[in-house]
Amino acid sequence: MLRCPKFELATPTSVAAATRLLADAGPSAMILAGGTDVMPNLKHELFTPALVVSLARIPELNGIRRAEDGSLVIGAMTTIEAVAANSQVRERATVLAQAASLIAGPQLRTMGTLGGNVLLETRCQWYNQSYFWRQALGFCIKKDGTKCHVVEGGAKCVAAASNDSAPALMTLDAELHFESVEGRRSVRIEEFWLGDGVFNKKINAGEILVEITLPSTPSGHRSAYGKLRERGSIDFPLLGVAARLDLGKDERVERADLVITALAARPHRVQRAGEILRGTQVGSEDFVTRVGELARLAHKQCHPLENIPGDAPWRKAMVAVYARRTLLAAAAGTGPVHHL
Amino acid sequence: MAARDNHGNTPPWGANFGVIGKPLRKVDGIAKATGAAIYTDDIQLPGMLHAKTLRSPHAHARVRSVDASAALALEGVHAVITGADMPIKYGVIPWTQDENALAVDRVRFIGDPVAAVAAVDEDTANAALKLIAVDYEVLHAFLDPFESLVRHEPAIHADRKEGNISKHVRLEFGEVDALAKSADVVLEDEYSFHGSTHAPIEPHCAVATFSADGLLTLWSATQITHYVHRALAQVLELPAQKIRVIQPCLGGAFGGKSDPFSLEFCVSKLAMVTGRPVKMLYTREEVFYAHRGRHPMFMKYRTAAQANGRITSVDAKILIDGGSYSSFGLVTTYYAGQLLTGPYDFPSYRFDSTRVFTNKPPCGPKRGHGSVQPRFAFEVQLDQLAERLKLDPIELRRVNFQGSQTRTVNGQRVTSNGFLECLDSVERASGWKKKRAKLPFGRGLGVAGSMYISGTNYPVYPNKMPQAGVQLKLDRSGVVTVFTGGNDIGQGSNSMCAYIVAEELGVPVEHVRVVAADTDLCPVDLGAYSSRVTFMVGNATIDACRKVRRQIVAAVAKKWAVDPGRVRLMPGVAIDLEDPAKALSTAEAFQLAEEEFDTLGATGSYNTPTLGGDYRGGSIGASPAYSFTAHVVEASVDTETGRIQVHDVWCAHDCGRALNPMLVAGQIEGSVYMGIAEALLEEHKVNRFGLHQGPSLLDYRLPTSVDTPELHALIVESLDPEGPYGAKEAGEGPLHSSIPALSNAIFDAVGIRMKHLPFTPGRVLELLREKDALEESKSAGAAARGQA
Ligand SMILES: Cc1cc2nc3c(=O)[nH]c(=O)nc-3n(C[C@H](O)[C@H](O)[C@H](O)COP(=O)(O)OP(=O)(O)OC[C@H]3O[C@@H](n4cnc5c(N)ncnc54)[C@H](O)[C@@H]3O)c2cc1C
Ligand code: SF4
Repeated sequence: MLRCPKFELATPTSVAAATRLLADAGPSAMILAGGTDVMPNLKHELFTPALVVSLARIPELNGIRRAEDGSLVIGAMTTIEAVAANSQVRERATVLAQAASLIAGPQLRTMGTLGGNVLLETRCQWYNQSYFWRQALGFCIKKDGTKCHVVEGGAKCVAAASNDSAPALMTLDAELHFESVEGRRSVRIEEFWLGDGVFNKKINAGEILVEITLPSTPSGHRSAYGKLRERGSIDFPLLGVAARLDLGKDERVERADLVITALAARPHRVQRAGEILRGTQVGSEDFVTRVGELARLAHKQCHPLENIPGDAPWRKAMVAVYARRTLLAAAAGTGPVHHL
Repeated sequence: MAARDNHGNTPPWGANFGVIGKPLRKVDGIAKATGAAIYTDDIQLPGMLHAKTLRSPHAHARVRSVDASAALALEGVHAVITGADMPIKYGVIPWTQDENALAVDRVRFIGDPVAAVAAVDEDTANAALKLIAVDYEVLHAFLDPFESLVRHEPAIHADRKEGNISKHVRLEFGEVDALAKSADVVLEDEYSFHGSTHAPIEPHCAVATFSADGLLTLWSATQITHYVHRALAQVLELPAQKIRVIQPCLGGAFGGKSDPFSLEFCVSKLAMVTGRPVKMLYTREEVFYAHRGRHPMFMKYRTAAQANGRITSVDAKILIDGGSYSSFGLVTTYYAGQLLTGPYDFPSYRFDSTRVFTNKPPCGPKRGHGSVQPRFAFEVQLDQLAERLKLDPIELRRVNFQGSQTRTVNGQRVTSNGFLECLDSVERASGWKKKRAKLPFGRGLGVAGSMYISGTNYPVYPNKMPQAGVQLKLDRSGVVTVFTGGNDIGQGSNSMCAYIVAEELGVPVEHVRVVAADTDLCPVDLGAYSSRVTFMVGNATIDACRKVRRQIVAAVAKKWAVDPGRVRLMPGVAIDLEDPAKALSTAEAFQLAEEEFDTLGATGSYNTPTLGGDYRGGSIGASPAYSFTAHVVEASVDTETGRIQVHDVWCAHDCGRALNPMLVAGQIEGSVYMGIAEALLEEHKVNRFGLHQGPSLLDYRLPTSVDTPELHALIVESLDPEGPYGAKEAGEGPLHSSIPALSNAIFDAVGIRMKHLPFTPGRVLELLREKDALEESKSAGAAARGQA
């Protein structure tokens, strides 16, 4: 078995105590939620923190509730399984429940948390490897090296955002709330991402993600998630597609949104989705034609790279198929779109 | 073959079995299910050190020097060894020994072992590895087997006469070209098989102690204790009498634990140097480097036939990517040709196979060693032939059936052969006649057939001693202990021994203890490979049992003053067939025999008869009995995503006699799972840097339960005249034809031929596009003609 490097483990029981610990330790400290991303990364020596602060004993970070303004508040430490199974999430934020239900496999879903998923490290086949392997390769920009093996001669890391929750949360206009010794900070998820594979999130050292809020969705809200992967379980997305349709009178589209992930460092919002679908009536021929048009547009806008394992040309070809199928599933109130 | 080796397929007292043929649980089932079973890594010894291996980061390099002084100076480090400590080469095949436990002057793939450290714990050993300085001179790396075929400098093995060619075999039987010329149809095509690996759940692990009086004991997760014993003696320059090798409970092997491995020598040497017990457990990544998995093959086949479907000529040319070492490669190169000559009869056959070295993890035997790849190519070609001749693919196979008690074109003797029953069985069970070529576009059925060996008469080192030996010890309490050199690797060989002893000696299975795979305690068996164990160890066990059985029956008969023919041993009791009221417990019967004949025990053994064609290599692939298999696969293709879904696989397998039908079904299901897995998902791939693409169980995609089709195991029993109670193999044969049957099902579903593995969705889409383009141009052509 790969060994885990040695570190000190702190298990604070309140957010205040945790932020204090982080502030004192400085940027070398690491936060541990479910550990399903952190532990393999530690074993691969991608991080060598002196202190690891576990959030597992902080009860206030766990749970899903409905706020007075109708929004859903999900504690960062809520497990993926709990998110997938929650009836309010399933009804009002279907796309998130569907995405959560397809994350990793059953064991990992009961360990992994929504907060950890939002803050998942970007992934790359040249990076998520053991120290020995990366050394034999000669390392890469993201860690210990100077070259990129995906884009030859490239100066920028294009490791892929691989968290299934991210595109779903983007279509839901989620807001992320952080605590640190400086106080509370909130940011719309749309503005949270950076286009840099080395580190793709605007989070400051010492900040803890405490909760994620989802503004209430209108009654005509429909959404679905599509996930392309090789196996029917365990695998990270080769492509993740979140689709949202808010329907008004006569089931006409009032708002449409399509966000695709596992392409590059940040999830990609397909431009002009709303413009193309707005006003069309779900189920009509026109709707189906426009969905096809939007899917082709998505295909044009998305450029899967050889960053994550898998056949990139096939992933590219699948953008159109999964975009269309996921939009149709959202319209029909079905989904998730998955090969099993 | 001596009389002892052939016991007929029913015991002299009739086929009214009490144990054989019953779906009993495995003898180690409870221990495994409860976690009580002791695997190699469970062994903890006082003062035990932990060892780790330093591996080459270069695909091909000369090792100029290794400086371990800084590592040795680290607190907690007890020893560091390098190639200089064990310069003698080894290799499982005596003629091609080209491996060193640690690199002597050359590293040949990324992951090749260079040095080993023993330290107080794993972390210290790992830290020490980073302190070892190795000076490498990097050499040109061969990653493409076609390059190795023509370029020989720098030779991967400098002492080889033929440059980077590992082995070349060309054999020809009958009038291959003349018959092709006179045939009604000739098909020629190219096929390729990618690499795949075994991925057993238990990684390789070894523990060694070296006692003050010079006895080396090695516990190792090996599937061949005997060869490890011999290799240790050779490399460590110890007399074999000073070495004991034990295989504890094992967590899967599939051929991946057949060679002697670096870690076995390293822990032994480190134990000798430090005087402490030493353990090494490979990481999953290291298991991928140890590899010995399925060889990638590039294959050309030309099959000629008459209009009625009868095959007249088969011509094969195969390039085999061997990776960096020989391993079993000599055998692989032969098997790639030798094992194709059934279940069909054809009057002429030629194969020309070449195995080359490349700078990649060494390939070796994986379930269906050497013959899964050619079988894939050939069975797809047969489907193409059926298409060309407009014959039902099952019918085409029936037409060419070779029959039983026959000889193949390459001179192999075939005894029992249940292939027709296998075909009937899958045809019926799958609803073939109603479904094949009749399902809507996108869904289809495919068939394929195959054969495999039940061991061969080729021991890897030439000798005339038995290939399997068994010893029995009978206790007054009624317990029988059976000592066997056979390696239970999860296939159930220990259970098989217990069932036979229970059947023969009339004891309940739970009163049989099996002591296995311990070179000090057990007679030699050549190990768990080539699907030989049930056949050979089974026969040896019957042989031993018959000897003591005679004594027990004689003693009981004497006591009752009846003819020995009237004494019947049933589980737990001996009865008089004509007066069932007369009964003795097994223990009483044993005691009577012990009074009469002294301490009870017996040995038994098995050797194959003289087999094989009368030509060089003619005994490689010559088996005392062949198993036969037919598969039908039902699959569908999503023509938009290219994704293949396998719904059902029916596999009928002729295993001679199912000694335990539940275990046979388990082997069939496991084989089919593995075959479909490598067809669709698994790929052991080395990238452009010579690095394994994803040496982890996340990136090497084994199907999960939700990815696994419905598996239907159909057992066919042909009762072989020479197998134990008629049994043949069941562990490897049922993998073979699953892969071509899937390819053929895809053709039935959407009309494309998958000739290159793996069948990825990208490749499916590409072929679908090609097919559409072809059809369009055809219809455009037809339209143009119509207008003209
Ligand atoms: C085999 C395997 C398959 C997987 N498949 C998928 C998949 O299909 N889809 C997918 O999206 N993910 C997948 N994952 C990744 C992972 O399991 C999930 O993303 C999971 O939700 C991560 O949550 P966690 O609680 O375990 O995070 P952790 O591993 O504990 O943390 C992840 C990151 O977030 C930081 N972090 C966590 N919580 C907080 C917080 N509250 N505040 C600040 N920082 C925080 C950590 O420091 C770390 O950098 C897979 C993982 C494995 C091992
Ligand atoms: S994209 Fe991959 S290879 Fe390139 S720098 Fe990022 S992690 Fe490294």
